[in-house]
Amino acid sequence: MKKTFPILIVLAAMLFAYAPVAIGRAPYESTMGLVQKIFYFHVPSWFAMFLSTFVCGIASIVYLARRHRTADAVAAAAAELVVIFGLIGLITGPLWARRAWGVWWQWDAKLTTALVLWLIFVAYLLLRRYGGPGSERLGAGLALFGMANVPFVYWSVHIWRTVHPLTTVVPTLPRPMAGPLWLGVTAFLLLALLLLALRTRLERLRRQLDDVYLALEP
Amino acid sequence: MKRLVVALFALPVTLTAAQPPSQPQGGFVPIDQLPAPESFPAAPLVIAAYAVAWLAIFFYVWSIWRRLNRVEAELKDALKRSEPRGRA
Amino acid sequence: MPERFTFIEVVRLIVLKDLAIELRSREIVYTTLFFAISCVLVFAFGLVREGRPVDEAAPAILWIAIAFSGTLAIGRTFERERQNETLRALLLSPADRPALYVGKLVGVLGLLAAVECVLVPLVALMFGGAFLSHFGMIVGLLALGSTGFAAVGTLFAAMLLRSRSRDVLLPIVLYPMTVPVIIAGVRGTAALLQPEPAIEVARSWGAMLLCFDVVFVTLALWTFEAVMSDGA
Repeated sequence: MKKTFPILIVLAAMLFAYAPVAIGRAPYESTMGLVQKIFYFHVPSWFAMFLSTFVCGIASIVYLARRHRTADAVAAAAAELVVIFGLIGLITGPLWARRAWGVWWQWDAKLTTALVLWLIFVAYLLLRRYGGPGSERLGAGLALFGMANVPFVYWSVHIWRTVHPLTTVVPTLPRPMAGPLWLGVTAFLLLALLLLALRTRLERLRRQLDDVYLALEP
Repeated sequence: MKRLVVALFALPVTLTAAQPPSQPQGGFVPIDQLPAPESFPAAPLVIAAYAVAWLAIFFYVWSIWRRLNRVEAELKDALKRSEPRGRA
Repeated sequence: MPERFTFIEVVRLIVLKDLAIELRSREIVYTTLFFAISCVLVFAFGLVREGRPVDEAAPAILWIAIAFSGTLAIGRTFERERQNETLRALLLSPADRPALYVGKLVGVLGLLAAVECVLVPLVALMFGGAFLSHFGMIVGLLALGSTGFAAVGTLFAAMLLRSRSRDVLLPIVLYPMTVPVIIAGVRGTAALLQPEPAIEVARSWGAMLLCFDVVFVTLALWTFEAVMSDGA
């Protein structure tokens, strides 16, 4: 793991450096024009957020079932990633929407449920921080429920009429646009994995520190 | 002929930009050139969006880096303190 | 005399215990009811213009009042357990953990049902809305939505029992998690109260609520065990 770290960092940096070039070269979209280019960061950010949601959920399940301390560290780290990548998605989305739809925010089901998911993980961070002892397990329960809520995001798009581009946009994306998008997705997912590893390391070191302090008590 | 088509796009786009569209978009349609009045107002939004994404990522990476350094220093310090008394 | 109680027996015992305690003082029922009514009144002052309520206010107010008063009621129910250390006693007993959860859930649902019996006529009176026309379906939506809300709320309230800042953490944790329930409930009820009721739409929202209930009650049954064990 240690050896691959620098390689992955260089790879991620290269992807991010190339991304603006690829995005600049991509064709404009017919009805939305320039502002649609936000798509190339907006969608990958949401992908990274959903990946982190599942990582946090699965780590939480493992922690609840096995009480593995590393699983808890991973869950705490992933939750922070959810909040950061979700924040990027929630800010770039309205910036795009202002131009494409004329309003900053639309209370359609996909946006709303994505916001709700983000709020759940903000609540997770608040719970871990202010809940006192035992909040690891509580947080794990919360993350698990949060992860289970994810399917409702996509289902609600179909039940409720929505102005958000349907989820069929990505599979039907024409070639010149698909390239930069998947470049962005790869870059973001790679970044997410690296940040997860770093943040988990921080969590584990903190626990180690706690153990050493406890051992120091007379 | 292409320019005529593009110019025809420009008119309804600027009109519909003021209201939310009634149909959900089924797919993206690529074109080669921007209709002229479109590009200027959108640029600040695009720049702002990318700026936000970059800043957020850099801020977070820096935040982890800072916390990691602090904890590593504390850990080294604590381990040093526990050495002379012998490991508990 | 059975050595271990069956699942149903445990549930029944817990429900009867809570009912007995509540009937003695009726504290939670009365205060929750009054809170719910005040909620609706406050919305009335906010949303009634020139004597007429805003369109489509009725379903929204109904579900919001249920959510607010439900959160309070759930918090208070478990606060009572905490004060007398009875939850620890329950956990120490040989009863099945999931049965404990279901017992508390049934109790909370009973409380919510009582509140809704008063809220629905009140909202119908003050905000209009043809609640009687599709009464069966509206009751169905309320039942499914309340179950989803209570399922999540009961679990989190039990989990938070020994936490610091539990009073404010329960709403923080509960509201985002149950927003899909509120959305489905409000939109489903609104579909039924429209001038031309959209039965199919209401049915699909009901189906989503049912799915939500199944998923989250199952999750809660499993998580209750994992989170409540080991005491602290």
